[in-house]
Amino acid sequence: MASSTDILTDITEKDYEFGFVTDIEMDIAPAGLSEETIHFISAKKNEPEWLLDWRLKAYKAFQKQSMPHWQNFEMPDIDFQKISYYAAPKQKKQYNSLDEVDPELIATFEKLGIPLSEQKTLAGVAVDAVFDSVSVATTYKGKLKELGIIFCSFSEAVQEHPELVRKYAGSVVPHSDNIFASLNAAVFSDGSFVYIPKGVRCPMELSTYFRINTENTGQFERTLIIADEGAYVSYLEGCTAPRRDENQLHAAVVELIAMENAEIKYSTVQNWYPGDKDGKGGIYNFVTKRGICKGDNAKISWTQVETGSAITWKYPSVILQGDNSEGEFYSVAVTKNKQIADTGTKMHHIGANTRSRIISKGISAGHGQNSYRGLVQVGSNAKNARNFTQCDSLLIGDQCGAHTFPYIESKNSTATIEHEATTSKIGEDQIFYLNQRGIDTEKAVALIVNGYAREVLNQLPMEFAVEAQKLLSITLEGSVG
Amino acid sequence: MLSIKNLHAGVEGKKILKGINLQVNAGEVHAIMGPNGSGKSSLASVLAGRESYEVTEGDVTLDEKELLEMSPEDRAREGLFLAFQYPVEIPGVSNINFLKTALNEIRSYRSLAPLDAKSFLALTKEKQKLVEFDAKFTNRSLNEGFSGGEKKRNEIFQLAMLEPKLSILDETDSGLDIDALRIVSNGVNRLRTDKNAFIIITHYQRLLEYIVPDFVHVLYDGRIVKSGTKALALELEEKGYDWLKEEAQLQEQV
Ligand SMILES: Nc1ncnc2c1ncn2[C@@H]1O[C@H](COP(=O)(O)OP(=O)(O)O)[C@@H](O)[C@H]1O
Ligand SMILES: [Mg+2]
Repeated sequence: MASSTDILTDITEKDYEFGFVTDIEMDIAPAGLSEETIHFISAKKNEPEWLLDWRLKAYKAFQKQSMPHWQNFEMPDIDFQKISYYAAPKQKKQYNSLDEVDPELIATFEKLGIPLSEQKTLAGVAVDAVFDSVSVATTYKGKLKELGIIFCSFSEAVQEHPELVRKYAGSVVPHSDNIFASLNAAVFSDGSFVYIPKGVRCPMELSTYFRINTENTGQFERTLIIADEGAYVSYLEGCTAPRRDENQLHAAVVELIAMENAEIKYSTVQNWYPGDKDGKGGIYNFVTKRGICKGDNAKISWTQVETGSAITWKYPSVILQGDNSEGEFYSVAVTKNKQIADTGTKMHHIGANTRSRIISKGISAGHGQNSYRGLVQVGSNAKNARNFTQCDSLLIGDQCGAHTFPYIESKNSTATIEHEATTSKIGEDQIFYLNQRGIDTEKAVALIVNGYAREVLNQLPMEFAVEAQKLLSITLEGSVG
Repeated sequence: MLSIKNLHAGVEGKKILKGINLQVNAGEVHAIMGPNGSGKSSLASVLAGRESYEVTEGDVTLDEKELLEMSPEDRAREGLFLAFQYPVEIPGVSNINFLKTALNEIRSYRSLAPLDAKSFLALTKEKQKLVEFDAKFTNRSLNEGFSGGEKKRNEIFQLAMLEPKLSILDETDSGLDIDALRIVSNGVNRLRTDKNAFIIITHYQRLLEYIVPDFVHVLYDGRIVKSGTKALALELEEKGYDWLKEEAQLQEQV
């Protein structure tokens, strides 16, 4: 019988299931980043002047910025001139109905498990699908319209609801926020837009599916979600990319705005191509996600299951401006082979009685490196602010790493901040116990890991919790025994 | 059913089992007693296939199949069950979900279809009743925050659910109060048939008042130094283990 160390050195790479490429005629901008590129994109999208100006401002900011240096990994060299900033399936600019969408595209999303026809869609889930740079379909639009809900691609929102986009885009993540956010503002090509009017509870999950297909392109999408007073919405994003030997950049921006008494729940299941077992290829996932609880009693909750990407660099944050507002961050991040994750959250307590809750579960296998980085900031007016942070790390094997960097800055002595952290290893005892009940090691690890991540998975909408559970199991296949 | 021949095993070069011979037939209950550190848990671990033990000599068959060549999960699927001396906790994994997985893995090995939700629930109810296991534990995380006694009772509940051929109970009685001891013993007695067998590892004669063994063996320094009937257990209770030392030394010389 192989000893556990034999088994661990024998780590095999489970095939990345979504590594295929769709063969479709694309409209691709030549590689390179300049003001011309930005003019090109803006013209392609027939954008108003103010948006072009904003992009150009962002580009200036981008040029002044340098790469971040504080993360717990060596920043790869990214040659921004080698990337193409626009790729779209060649076809009509706007799809009025699914019948106009290239069947090859529909087939691609079907293969990814994302049916775009409304009859086949998961009951109660409206989907926007983004293929490389553009949104190809948004389902259930009509149904949502009856309630006054706007759910469409970002480009469409620019045309149809310019006043909302102009008012809110860049209001939470400014064009100069950080180098990747600036880059995104300069060259973003599409994304999703959601507006939930006053007092409306969105009756279905809204979901965007991002797919990178074309080689040497980057994906730079923007998502903007506004929940007006008393509104509620649950939103889910998923993503995959083909297997390629080159690294590809994904630099997205997500902005959430919750007015008084509104609630936004944002869930991510991130499964970009992670690279092969030697660390070749994979997506660089540099994402800026931030929400603001603008009004009193507002709530924003981030849930993320991060299993893909060669490098994940993201810190979904909440600005707790309204009194009694609430921010949550639930995260499971898995790294295996040579994957790197440096992820966590920031909770900025500004209003009185604001509360935040951070549950982070890192899982490292193979040579994976997993860092939790979190900031809990309490301003001088944030009377009785409360934070609870639970930060757990699980190690599978002895060649991986887990690190935690919790920062606390409190300017108010009435604040209560609690931090708990644990590091554990999947024990041979646990695996043997399950083996002894007839469960093989692979399944045993899956059970243990899913149990470990339970608290986070429970936050996901039902259908996706099941998917995420499967994804965790598949991701870790071959990590032990 | 189980046949152990001249079994030698150790950990990291340290010899622990030094030539065990044991024959267990269907329908029988064997008790294994012996002082701390004599190798009782090691024997159970080796039979169940714990990786850290190295078998250096000997042969074990379960119903004519070579046990030592099988993976731990296949041994379980072949019908070997170990009620652990120290059951582990697995946070976040519900007891019931775990049991369903285990049961269906075993069924699949035997080419049986997985139990549907309804039949599984019915089986759970039946077995809960049989071993008087409190339903409130079935949905909790596996052994997490269970008291020592609750963990032991959960082992017996699992045993009831998985219906093994051969069950090894490693000091299931330790840490149980007298009521729990009676409940656990009643459970085991109800699970006994002429088709299955039990090896009961215990320190105390007390348990054997409830579960009456057909044979009692004394393990001492990695060997079975004496075998007998229930009377032997009483004798041990009375005289302790010291008198066996000489016998063990005598055996070593031969
Ligand atoms: N993992 C291990 N590594 C080293 N020695 C061990 C290990 N497990 C058990 N032993 C040793 O093996 C001997 C028998 O232990 P054990 O089988 O637990 O005895 P018992 O169950 O009869 O009390 C003891 O000397 C013990 O210290
Ligand atoms: Mg023992």
